[in-house]
Amino acid sequence: MSISASDVRAWIGAYATTIAEHRTELVKLDTAIGDADHGTNMDRGMRAAVEKLEAAEGDDIGALLKVVGMALVSKVGGAAGPLYGTLFLQMGTASAGRDALDLAGWTDALEAGVNGVQARGKAQLQDKTMLDALLPAVAALRTAAGESSGLGDALRRSAAAAEEGMQATIPLEARRGRASYLGPRSVGHQDPGATSSHLLLRTAAETLAGDG
Amino acid sequence: MKKLINEPDAVVREALEGIESAHRDHVRVIHDPMVIVRADAPKQGKVGIISGGGSGHEPMHGGFVGRGMLDAACPGEVFTSPTPDQMLEATKAVDGGAGVLHIVKNYTGDVLNFEMAADLAKAEDIEVEAVVTNDDVAVQDSLYTAGRRGVGITVIAEKICGAAAEDGQGLAEVAELCRKVNGQGRSMGMALTPCVTPGSGEPSFELGDDEMEIGIGIHGEPGRHREPLTSAAGVVERLATAIVEDLPYESGDKVLAFVNGMGGTPLIELYIVYRELERFLQGRDITIERRLIGSYITSLEMSGCSITLLKLDDDLTRLWDAPVDTPALRWG
Repeated sequence: MSISASDVRAWIGAYATTIAEHRTELVKLDTAIGDADHGTNMDRGMRAAVEKLEAAEGDDIGALLKVVGMALVSKVGGAAGPLYGTLFLQMGTASAGRDALDLAGWTDALEAGVNGVQARGKAQLQDKTMLDALLPAVAALRTAAGESSGLGDALRRSAAAAEEGMQATIPLEARRGRASYLGPRSVGHQDPGATSSHLLLRTAAETLAGDG
Repeated sequence: MKKLINEPDAVVREALEGIESAHRDHVRVIHDPMVIVRADAPKQGKVGIISGGGSGHEPMHGGFVGRGMLDAACPGEVFTSPTPDQMLEATKAVDGGAGVLHIVKNYTGDVLNFEMAADLAKAEDIEVEAVVTNDDVAVQDSLYTAGRRGVGITVIAEKICGAAAEDGQGLAEVAELCRKVNGQGRSMGMALTPCVTPGSGEPSFELGDDEMEIGIGIHGEPGRHREPLTSAAGVVERLATAIVEDLPYESGDKVLAFVNGMGGTPLIELYIVYRELERFLQGRDITIERRLIGSYITSLEMSGCSITLLKLDDDLTRLWDAPVDTPALRWG
């Protein structure tokens, strides 16, 4: 089992649909502890990413992911633009020239992307950011790879870890991003960035897992 | 939601078209990516100054593009940072060979996008310095927050640095001046009502008729806490005490006092705030040497105000007094 370039296209398309469906929910989460634009911005960015991807040819997964990253950098704005943009750009660099990714390849790519997010945003685990969903997802992939589990199983475990990490942001006090201005008042709310990141990995499990 | 708009998604673009039509004598507008550029940019040999941020704070920043202030401004979506491609376009459009200063308000999105833009500009051999403003005393500056927000001092820094650039000061000098203004400036704001972004259509927070929100930012985000509503004198006492004690501003200091409306507060109320501020500062033997009163850094239709103080010296006073000719600020 491996992930092909057309799988990646399907994943990005499905994520754009998922974001559009969750636009209102993301705005609502961001209204509570941010500035009420996360759903709107991600929706605008993902629609642009899908458009750019449709115009992009070829089977180079790295090149396709970079197209997505550049679209997000130039269309999302806010903190999410550079952060999600960096995620996809770094994933693209890590998978440059590849027309298929096995579990190890996918894990390396996602890890490179998440490292890029961490370097750009300088946040740590439990700062109540998207990293609270992304870091556990990468760790779960590593564990699954170590146990020689199948690609599908590994993707589902990484999505489950991201979901758990997302839910774990609820009791946290934000230390990065606009929510940190609220101090203790940020407690009790689920982080919108961790939510959109969980959706990204859940969509990956749904579209890339195949029957593995 | 009642707003004078056509389409929620077209708010920024249509406002930009209005600015373009209204202010052709001051600015030209690039539509993709969106940038407002001084009509006569680039000025050869002059340091270029750009800023940018989410829309919804008008007249900041686009209203401050013109002689003696900004060379370009990048408007983002409402309350959303602009993107690196806009900032790169602006940087290229205003580079007259003396380098470009990026004045960045301290919000995670603005800082990250300007960092990416500076990387891109440097790759094109344009010298860039970035100064981040962070004057909001309502936010604790600690390792555990994104740091203090950039608010009212940004307007003053843009004016003063713009004058220095017109004087022919170099990039390093203008950047240092910007850091000095930011370092000697402090602000705090409060709200009587929330605001409604066109995208969400919902109030940014709920506030009772008898309550006020203290320590608000400029994006409709709630403040540090809420209190029972009090008089203008009480509000000024609350904000000015926090500001004065933070720097601190001391007996004998001369200051520029900026009383800013958040968008929905009439000038008549801002003058009452100014009256109370002058009395408050007199009580501490602090002299207001210069003042700016009006709605210059707003949060859509939010009512409320912010107060900014800048400790002045002769150099800063001279640069503040220097001529400025922009759509929103004009004298000399």
